[in-house]
Amino acid sequence: MTVQVTLKGFPQAFESDNRPGRLQLAATDLAGAIALWPLWVRLGWHDILYRYRRSLLGPFWFTANTAVTIVALGIVYSQIFKMPVAELMPYVCVGLLVWGFISAILNGAGEVFSGAESYIKQVRLPYLLYVFRFIWSKTIIFAHDFPIFVVLIVYFGNWPGTVALLAIPGFLLLALNGALITVTLGMASARFRDVPRIITSLAQIVFLITPILWTPDMLGSRIYLAYGNPFFHLIEIVRSPLLGSPPSIETVWVVLFITAFNLIVTLVIFSRFRARIAYWL
Amino acid sequence: MKPDASVQDREARVTLDAVAVSFPVYQGGSRSLKKRVLFRGSAGRIARDANQRIVVEALRDVSLSLRTGDRLALVGANGAGKTTLLRVIAGIYEPAHGAVVTRGRISPMFDVNLGIDPELNGFDNIRTRALLLGLSPSAIEGYIPEIAEFTELGDYLDMPVRTYSSGMMLRLGFAVATCFEPEILLMDEWILAGDAHFMAKAQLRIQGFVERASVLVLASHNLGLCSRWCTKALWLEQGQVRAQGPIEEVIAEYRRSSSAE
Repeated sequence: MTVQVTLKGFPQAFESDNRPGRLQLAATDLAGAIALWPLWVRLGWHDILYRYRRSLLGPFWFTANTAVTIVALGIVYSQIFKMPVAELMPYVCVGLLVWGFISAILNGAGEVFSGAESYIKQVRLPYLLYVFRFIWSKTIIFAHDFPIFVVLIVYFGNWPGTVALLAIPGFLLLALNGALITVTLGMASARFRDVPRIITSLAQIVFLITPILWTPDMLGSRIYLAYGNPFFHLIEIVRSPLLGSPPSIETVWVVLFITAFNLIVTLVIFSRFRARIAYWL
Repeated sequence: MKPDASVQDREARVTLDAVAVSFPVYQGGSRSLKKRVLFRGSAGRIARDANQRIVVEALRDVSLSLRTGDRLALVGANGAGKTTLLRVIAGIYEPAHGAVVTRGRISPMFDVNLGIDPELNGFDNIRTRALLLGLSPSAIEGYIPEIAEFTELGDYLDMPVRTYSSGMMLRLGFAVATCFEPEILLMDEWILAGDAHFMAKAQLRIQGFVERASVLVLASHNLGLCSRWCTKALWLEQGQVRAQGPIEEVIAEYRRSSSAE
């Protein structure tokens, strides 16, 4: 009864005597985390089951909660803004679903490493594994809530058409940005424990100033207040195709720019401070 | 249980060269300079780094070299740096100074309850735990009957782990942790605490497990156990190597020093 155990692509330590560079170590971490997908898929799934295991509806509590919010806000805001419910409710629905994904990432990112302290201090695993686990569980929740939107467009009978498929690359870009910001926020929070509190209050403000419950054209001549908001574009790249029109060229460029910026910042911070995470915990 | 040939052929190796590890104490950042103290005791020294931050020097200038067949005992008082050294070898703490080179798969055994999710049943916990230890999902299924038998938990394995007693939890963790072939086995002593009946059985299993390992590093206060299982010893004091060499010599010296105090 013996077995060869290998962590594919993730050496536990380095065989060569010359120390690899920081960038190389960061790349090794990434490759190792990808290779260990069965682990983070499993852990991410358990993270969801954990909270709802002994409840009657199980994880459907998420969905029930979101559905009630969307219907209530859709009805009330269509009255306030004098807009047809059939138009505003699907808009509010996608906006809230995407915002739910973004805010879950922003609010949870601070605990990605500090919450995994028992793992990090007992066994050497790629740090990005914890990030993948986190993004994966948030993605499951998003996918779980998504049928609400399908029900709404069936009910109102406004199919977006094939352009809706553009939402898939849009969502992937959004998830990538989520993973990148999770690395940075997770590391910052492991070092400075007050970061999660700051983020929580900022997220609240972002929700109110971003066109989610209201549309950007309601700003009239001050529409730049929406276009200057990066979160507007991150939401729009998923929302717009689902509502039947491709995202505007500006939105695509802004999102690509945010992604590139995020990638560089994360790469610098992660490769510079990766080895310190264990010491900070 | 015959050792896997490929594991034996490959030379396992652990080399530490002048390793130093220090922990910044961020809570102590506001401490005034006049409180600059040096601990009189066996624990790591408190010092300051270049930015005047308070740091605990957990390890200083530790060098060691282990090859296949070596069994090293880490002895020393509480806080001497034994656990930190184990974690450095495991690759958890990458040292700021010095170099660590290891070859071979590392099996850390610091906490048998790692990754146990109380809401899941025994079988699911076995699967998660085995994934954490680096087993592939298909290999795990082959191990499950054997692990299940060793735990003696029977139908309890279908129950959520939160319904287990702590002794049952220990059996579960222990059975999974010892089911595969270790190469470089790192162990903390307190892992060996548990109920008497189970421990008799566990002793046998862990002995076989330890014997199959190419390299063993054991941190322990139990000098009898160290002499039984190890061939070499390293005595840590205040994060520094006080003595290193064959087990009898180091332990004799350590005993003399502890009785003198």
